[in-house]
Amino acid sequence: METVEIKINGKPVQVEKGMTILKAALTDEVKIPALCAHDDLDPWAACGLCVCKVEGSPKMVRACATEVVEGQNYITHDPELMKVRRTTLEMILANHPQECLTCGRNTTCELQDLSADFGIREIPYDVDIHELEKDDSTPAIILDPRKCVNCGRCANVCQQLQNVWALEFLERGHKTRMAPAAGVLLNESPCIKCGQCSAHCPVGAIYEKDETKQFMKAIRDESKHVSVQIAPAVRVALGEAFGMEPGELVTGKIYAALRKLGVDSVFDTNFAADLTIMEEGSELVDRIKNGGLLPQITSCCPAWTDYMEKYANDMIPHFSTAKSPMMMQGVVTKTYYAEKIKTPAKDMFTVAIMPCTAKKYEITRDDNMWSSGEQDMDLVLTTREFARLIKSSGICFGCLDDEKADSPIGDYSGAGTIFGVTGGVMEAAVRTAYKLVTEKELDDVNIHAVRGMDGVRKGSVDFDGTEIKVAVAHGMVHVEEILNEVREAKAKGEPVPYHFIEVMACRGGCIAGGGQPYGTNDEVRAKRVAGIYNDDEKSVVRKSHENPEIVQIYKDYLGEPMSHKSHELLHTKYQLRPLYSK
Amino acid sequence: MAVKNYVLVCGGSACESAKGNEIYKSLLHQAENQGVSSDLQIVKTGCFGFCEKGPIVKVLPDEAFYVEVKPEDAEEIISENIVKGRMVDRLLYKEDSKAEFKAEDIKFYQKQERIVLRNCGLIDPESIDEYIARDGYLGLEKALFEMSSDDIVNELKKSGLRGRGGAGFPTSLKWSFTQRVESDQKYVVCNADEGDPGAYMDRATLEGDPHSVIEAMIIAGKCVGADKGAIYIRAEYPLAIHRLEIAMAQAREKGLMGENILGTDFSFDLEIRLGAGAFVCGEETALLASIEGKRGMPIPKPPFPAVKGLFGKPTVINNVETFANIPVIISKGGDWFAEYGTEGSKGTKVFALTGKIKNSGLIEVPMGTTLREIVFDIGGGIPGGKKFKGVQTGGPSGGVLTDEFLDTPIDFDSLLAVGSMMGSGGMIVMDEDDCMVDVAKFYLDFCVEESCGKCAPCRIGTKKLYEILEKISQGKGEMDDLDKMRDMGAAMKKASLCGLGQTAPNPVLSVLNTFEEEVLEHIQGGKCRSGKCKDLVQYTVIEDKCIGCTVCARKCPVNCISGERKVAHVIDQSSCVKCGACYDSCKFGAILVS
Repeated sequence: METVEIKINGKPVQVEKGMTILKAALTDEVKIPALCAHDDLDPWAACGLCVCKVEGSPKMVRACATEVVEGQNYITHDPELMKVRRTTLEMILANHPQECLTCGRNTTCELQDLSADFGIREIPYDVDIHELEKDDSTPAIILDPRKCVNCGRCANVCQQLQNVWALEFLERGHKTRMAPAAGVLLNESPCIKCGQCSAHCPVGAIYEKDETKQFMKAIRDESKHVSVQIAPAVRVALGEAFGMEPGELVTGKIYAALRKLGVDSVFDTNFAADLTIMEEGSELVDRIKNGGLLPQITSCCPAWTDYMEKYANDMIPHFSTAKSPMMMQGVVTKTYYAEKIKTPAKDMFTVAIMPCTAKKYEITRDDNMWSSGEQDMDLVLTTREFARLIKSSGICFGCLDDEKADSPIGDYSGAGTIFGVTGGVMEAAVRTAYKLVTEKELDDVNIHAVRGMDGVRKGSVDFDGTEIKVAVAHGMVHVEEILNEVREAKAKGEPVPYHFIEVMACRGGCIAGGGQPYGTNDEVRAKRVAGIYNDDEKSVVRKSHENPEIVQIYKDYLGEPMSHKSHELLHTKYQLRPLYSK
Repeated sequence: MAVKNYVLVCGGSACESAKGNEIYKSLLHQAENQGVSSDLQIVKTGCFGFCEKGPIVKVLPDEAFYVEVKPEDAEEIISENIVKGRMVDRLLYKEDSKAEFKAEDIKFYQKQERIVLRNCGLIDPESIDEYIARDGYLGLEKALFEMSSDDIVNELKKSGLRGRGGAGFPTSLKWSFTQRVESDQKYVVCNADEGDPGAYMDRATLEGDPHSVIEAMIIAGKCVGADKGAIYIRAEYPLAIHRLEIAMAQAREKGLMGENILGTDFSFDLEIRLGAGAFVCGEETALLASIEGKRGMPIPKPPFPAVKGLFGKPTVINNVETFANIPVIISKGGDWFAEYGTEGSKGTKVFALTGKIKNSGLIEVPMGTTLREIVFDIGGGIPGGKKFKGVQTGGPSGGVLTDEFLDTPIDFDSLLAVGSMMGSGGMIVMDEDDCMVDVAKFYLDFCVEESCGKCAPCRIGTKKLYEILEKISQGKGEMDDLDKMRDMGAAMKKASLCGLGQTAPNPVLSVLNTFEEEVLEHIQGGKCRSGKCKDLVQYTVIEDKCIGCTVCARKCPVNCISGERKVAHVIDQSSCVKCGACYDSCKFGAILVS
């Protein structure tokens, strides 16, 4: 690592070359206020709060966007800087509704924190709000442009990280607003509902659709059997809402909390992740063995599926027909489990706690989401909503003793849990596909070739002499690179470069989904990823096909993977969707 | 047979819109009719600069300078001046009621020095031959065959040329940055996104002498090692675009642009990129974003475009006026250029002189000329015997210079020192009838509209400043508004991302510093001394003077004046819209403005 020697407020510090003043100051525990800067994004330099001085220059520079230069002394705080920042903050507040008490970001709002830190007690300027209508057209996220501070994070995430371009800067000057191009509603735009905009918004201008009331209504409804599943990524992030470290595994406490909330049966999406591997893995083996269309591409991420149907629908034949784990869990709950407890599907109310906003969209995305005869999944709550539900129920989350999930669709293998990280679906699939192809068990289940945080990872796995080529992409901006390789090979009539491709819409995978607790950056991602692998490693069973409840459900109900029953319940179809539906 | 006379007709946008083209056609038609077509050449030129008196027609070699010409005057100009050799007295420009026919005798031109506008009003901008006949492309030839890249940079360094876009950065330094960077691709970009209210220097230059900019851009390409360039020009300059297109085609045809220029291994070509007229796109990073097809929003510097510019490649970006200087600097030498101007600001500066001034128009003066010379000698002073109040330089980024600065020699540094700035060259003169709150409001309104909306200090600050000024102009201002404006102004200057936001509070701060008393009158006295702030003005009838002629009542657009014939009238204050129509129409001075 090349370093430079600089001074922060006169104090010599050595920092990495190319670092911004903002980050360099943090190495010395000096926090420069900022509202638009975000670790995930290139500097945008919009808010004007991070201004600093370089000794010897009369100008102020943006700490977020200025790289440190050897030998310079950076002044981060002095009376003039503090005054300029305060005035700028007051101006921002003069454009922002003073509705903190009823705002979804109350206590998690970055603007609120700044206002508290600065000790703002009154706003000297007339407060005027950009009175614009809320956009609640999607089932996943709500845009409230009144609260927008025009920091640009949402549009930059949507464009730079997700390559979706649903959100744009519209109009100019004080009329500037973040909205889909051409003034259409979000649901008429290319939005894939990944919710990364909501996870990055510093204020309450974009947020998940809160459906906790529907949950409580179902709980109160005596006629309903409420069954809840929790996604893999929730267990390593929910603790953050209760002051725990990112990555701390709280699976048992979540089960306990759900029972305290009055839930009738507690299951785990990880079970269905194992089920997905059985179906999707078998599908892959079938394609490989019987000359089917390759590569096969994963389909468990609804945001990615939506992206594919809009931007890359030439890939439809490559998509695994297997439903996502959440949808599989929903349908087996309303069929297999409902039959077991002799409750009609219509009296079952299925809820999923998900790290994801797109999951709210997925449950009604097409007719195949009604395979049980009823709507297979009734409700999706994000991790953030679930945290609020626990808090409002007076549950001391940290005090709860670990409990176990219910049978017979609650047990999971280590393969099921790693679905929550990028590369995890691939790794889980390899662990089982190896068995299906070679009829031998894999010695070392840790497939390091597919782990890591690079946006695109390519590798191969030796299936007892047969090379299986795989690729993993996360963060939608990286997916086209791999798809283009496939397209190119197909156009030239060459063999396709991969057998299996895994895609997750969010950087890091579901652990950094759009519905996870706020404050996600690569540091937090790394801790949550470690939490997931920890869960895998401490599992006794680490391969999906060895999960006893999986063996049981095939024996009792489904027959075998890819059976007629499986197809009826666990598989789906894809369709072309226009980018703009207006 | 040799041509005896040249008739030059102004073909600038302003004269064109005042039937310049019809005058040109009538002259052609009349010459034909009167059988003198072969004796004369009629040329449609670029702007003469004396826009106040346009359309202008000049006859050579007599030097007859005709002003405010109409198409029907063509017959007389041909029959008298061309056929009979007698000047048309009634059309000649008259100064102090004496007919001045030669341009050089006209005060408007006397203190001017034309380097940038050397060909404007003299040659047909649509003819490359006329440009070449005036030593055009000599600079390029020299740059290609006699000079190395370093020689070109050194020549610019000797000339002392500083960027004419506003900030005055040394051009040689800018070019040398790009020259020194290694890259597989470099670009040269011309910033023709002129947008200051009232400014039209660049438009006139491109309309009158497009080749001067094209030649300079090719020289820049040679100097820094770029083979591609773009001229970013606003779409509302159709005539300039048209003439640029013609000039580019001609340059390509002559082998002066395109592959292997003049047989050398140097190639360079240009394209025109149209802007939609956003003021912020004059900021170089926003301009480059716009060329790339993105929304025009500035990004932080460094990295500077010279190192990382268009499509991430090193890019020389200069404005029209800067480029227009360069061909002559190369052909005549940097030392020649450096003879003009002051110690820190060499050469000349083109200004668009407008507002309360007798001779409005486009002027070019050596750096160091005083404001007094510009306003009173060239501009002829304030019309109607009104008192001079100030000059706004630097447009919405600048400040007001009052009479105490009339003798300040104008250059980059002196203007900054007195709280204004050079800007791109807009110069708006104000007289005692102008209200300074109103003036500050005008510029703020412009910035409110033109802020790109990206950065908070500019986006919110411009609007808030405007709102406070509006309050003051309505007599609702409070004393702490002054502090609020100063606080916001200071934050905007320091924390805005680009020049637009950093300078947007300048007109307000300048007014607060220079005309605080006038602002206080609005706040404390509820009074606008010039009557521009309508909410503070009341129109009443002076009973003694009113004879009851009813004119005012008939002129009033809202019918709020009542009264019998021959009886003093009354204005209903509750419905008066303060348009001033009664005041203007009363012949007896019976309307009181208070």
